[in-house]
Amino acid sequence: MQKYLVRRFILALVTLLCVSLIIFIMSRVSGDPRHIYLDDYSTQEDWDRMGEVLGLDKPYYEQYGIFIKGAVRGDFGKSVREARPVTDVVIERAPATLLLGAVAFSFSILIGVPLGILSAVKRGTMMDNFGKFIALIGQSAPPFWLGIMLMFFFAVKLGMVPPYGKQDWNSIILPAVTLGWYYAAANLRLVRSAMLDVLDSEYIKLARAKGVNSRTIIMKHAFRNALIPPLTFAGVTIGALVTGSLVVETVFAWPGLGRLAIEALFAFDYPLLQGVVITFTLLYVTAAFIVDVLYAYVDPRIRYA
Amino acid sequence: MVTADTRIDTEVVLSVDDLRTHFTTRWGTVKAVDGISFDLRRGETLGIVGESGCGKSVTMLSLMRLIPIPPGKIVSGSIVLDGEDIVPISEQEMAKIRGSKIALIIQDPMTSLNPVFSIGDQVEEAIKIHQDIPKRSITDRALEVLRKVNIPAAESRVKDYPHQMSGGMRQRVVGAIGISCQPQVLIADEPTTSLDVTIQAQYLKLLKDIQKESDLSIIFITHDFGIVAKMCDRVAVMYAGRIVEHGSVRDIFNNPSHPYTEALLASVPRMDRVVDRLYSIEGQPPPLHDLPVGCAFANRCPVVMDKCIETYPEIKAVSDGHTAACWKVE
Ligand SMILES: Nc1ncnc2c1ncn2[C@@H]1O[C@H](COP(=O)(O)OP(=O)(O)O)[C@@H](O)[C@H]1O
Ligand code: SF4
Ligand SMILES: [Mg+2]
Repeated sequence: MQKYLVRRFILALVTLLCVSLIIFIMSRVSGDPRHIYLDDYSTQEDWDRMGEVLGLDKPYYEQYGIFIKGAVRGDFGKSVREARPVTDVVIERAPATLLLGAVAFSFSILIGVPLGILSAVKRGTMMDNFGKFIALIGQSAPPFWLGIMLMFFFAVKLGMVPPYGKQDWNSIILPAVTLGWYYAAANLRLVRSAMLDVLDSEYIKLARAKGVNSRTIIMKHAFRNALIPPLTFAGVTIGALVTGSLVVETVFAWPGLGRLAIEALFAFDYPLLQGVVITFTLLYVTAAFIVDVLYAYVDPRIRYA
Repeated sequence: MVTADTRIDTEVVLSVDDLRTHFTTRWGTVKAVDGISFDLRRGETLGIVGESGCGKSVTMLSLMRLIPIPPGKIVSGSIVLDGEDIVPISEQEMAKIRGSKIALIIQDPMTSLNPVFSIGDQVEEAIKIHQDIPKRSITDRALEVLRKVNIPAAESRVKDYPHQMSGGMRQRVVGAIGISCQPQVLIADEPTTSLDVTIQAQYLKLLKDIQKESDLSIIFITHDFGIVAKMCDRVAVMYAGRIVEHGSVRDIFNNPSHPYTEALLASVPRMDRVVDRLYSIEGQPPPLHDLPVGCAFANRCPVVMDKCIETYPEIKAVSDGHTAACWKVE
C-alpha cells in the first residue's frame, strides 16, 4: 500500500514537473516576454534592464531553475493586465472553480453511479432506457450547447435560477449540471457495464449459493467491484472536468479559473495564463492522487500489488 | 417410474422428480433439463456425467434455485430437500436454505471468490447468515472449517485476499465455504477441472474425508469417468437434458446398457488397454431447442433402429437399481 502510494505520489510530482517544463518552453518559444511588458516608447536601456530583472540574460536552464524556484514559492510573476501578482489573482478565483468542480463531481457521482446500478439490475426495462437517454445526452451534447439549452429553459423561460454569474446559492445549479453531466454519463455507462459483468460472475453465483440475499448481493458484493472501472477511468474523466470548466465558466460567466484562463488568453497575459495552467495541473494531480488512494482502498489487488 | 436405488436402507435427503428447466431464447425453447428424476441418500455420492452442454450445470443451478429468470424457468417437477419441495417456495425462504441445507462448490477457483473481500470475510459471511451465534464464535467456526480443508496457517491466511492464494488453495476455501454450515447436500460442479493432477487428487481425497466425517451427501458433476470411479457410489449419465442411464458405479462400468454410456466409457484412457488416440464420439448432440421426437442419440448411435427415430425410449430397468432409456434394453 505504502509503496503504491509513494509511486503514485512521485508520478504526480513528475506530471507537475513535465507540465512546468512544457509551459516554460512554450513561453520561450512564443517570443520575448519583454514585448508584452514594454510598449513602443521604451528605450533600449529599459529593454536591457527588464532583461536583467526577468533573468533573460541568463542561460535557459538557469531561467528554468528560477521559474521553478518561484513556482515552488507560489511566485509566478506579475499579471500584465491586472498589474499585481499572478498568485493573488489565482487565489481570488480558485474558490469559485473548486466549488463548481466539487458540486459537478458530486452531481456526476450521485446521478451516474445509482443510475448505472439500476440500469444494470433492471436491464432492458424503462429504467435502463432512461439511463441510456441520460448517458446519450451527456456524451453527445457539447457542453456549451447543453449549457445554453439549460440556461434557456430553466433561467430564461422558467426563471427558476439566475441565467449566469455567481449571485445566489442557486446560481451554481446550471453550471454544475452542465459540467457534471458528461462525467455522470461516463460513470453511468462504466458502472452499468461493470455491474452487468460482475452480476454474471462466478463469485456472485457462489455468494448467492451461500444464501446471501439479493439486496446484499447488489449493495455489497457487486457494488464494490463495479466501482473499480469508474475509478480506473477517473483520471480521464477528471481531466474532462478541467477542460469542461473552461467552456462552462465562460458560458455561465462563472468567476473562476476557467474563465480567468480564457480572459488571460485574450489579453495576451502570459504570466497569468501560466499561473492558471499550473494551478489546474495542481488541482488535477491532487484529485487524481485522491482517486488513487480510493482505488487502493476499494481494490485489494492494488493495495497488495 | 423406476428409480435406481442401491442403498435402500438409508434415508433419502434429496428427491428430484420429473424436473424440467427450460430457457426462452430467440431460437425457441431450450430444453436444457427435460424430465430428470433421481434420489440422493444420506452419505452417498451421485455422479452426474455427460458431454459439455448436456445440462449438468443447469441441473445444479435448478437444485440451488439459481436459474436466471428470465430467460430460464423451472417449468415442472419437484425437488424435495429434507422433506420440503423447494420449487414453489419464495426467494427469501430459498435464501435461508442455500448454504445451510444445500451448498455448492463451483468449477473455477480463480473466479469463484470475490476479489475485494478477504478469505476470512467470505467464509464468515455464510456462517453469519445461517447461524445466530456471537461474532467470536463465527470467527472460530471459520477458522475451524479452513483447518478442516487443510489451509496451512489458517489464522494468518484469513486476512489474505483471493489473489494472494494459489488455485488449489482457493478451491479449498470454496470447499470450506460449502461445508461451513454443515449442509446435508453438497453439489460439486466440476470442482477440479482446472486444477493439476496432484492437487486434484488431494482435493478429491479431502472431499471424501469430509464426507465420511459428516455423513454428507454429494452430487458430483463431471465429464471425467476416472473421477467417477474414484468418488461416486452411483452414476447418472446425462444426454441432451435427460438421464439416459442410471445405476451403481459397478453396473455402469461393468454392464453399460446405453450406447451413449458405452461410447463415453470407450473414450476413457485405461491402464489395461492401449489407446492410440482418445476416442471421441462422432457427431454432435442435437440442439436443445430442437430435439427430435425419438431418441436424442439416434443420429450418433451405432445400433440405431427405425423405432428409435419414431418414438422416445422410456426408462426401463436393466437390473435391480440399474435403468436405461434405450430401445435396445428389453
Ligand atoms: N442462461 C441461459 N440462457 C439460455 N440457454 C442456457 C442458459 N444457461 C444454459 N443454457 C443452455 O443449457 C444447456 C446446458 O448447459 P449446461 O447445463 O451449462 O451444460 P453442462 O452440461 O456443460 O454443464 C446449454 O445448451 C445452454 O445453451
Ligand atoms: S434408443 Fe436406439 S438410437 Fe437411442 S441409444 Fe438406444 S439404440 Fe441407440
Ligand atoms: Mg457445466
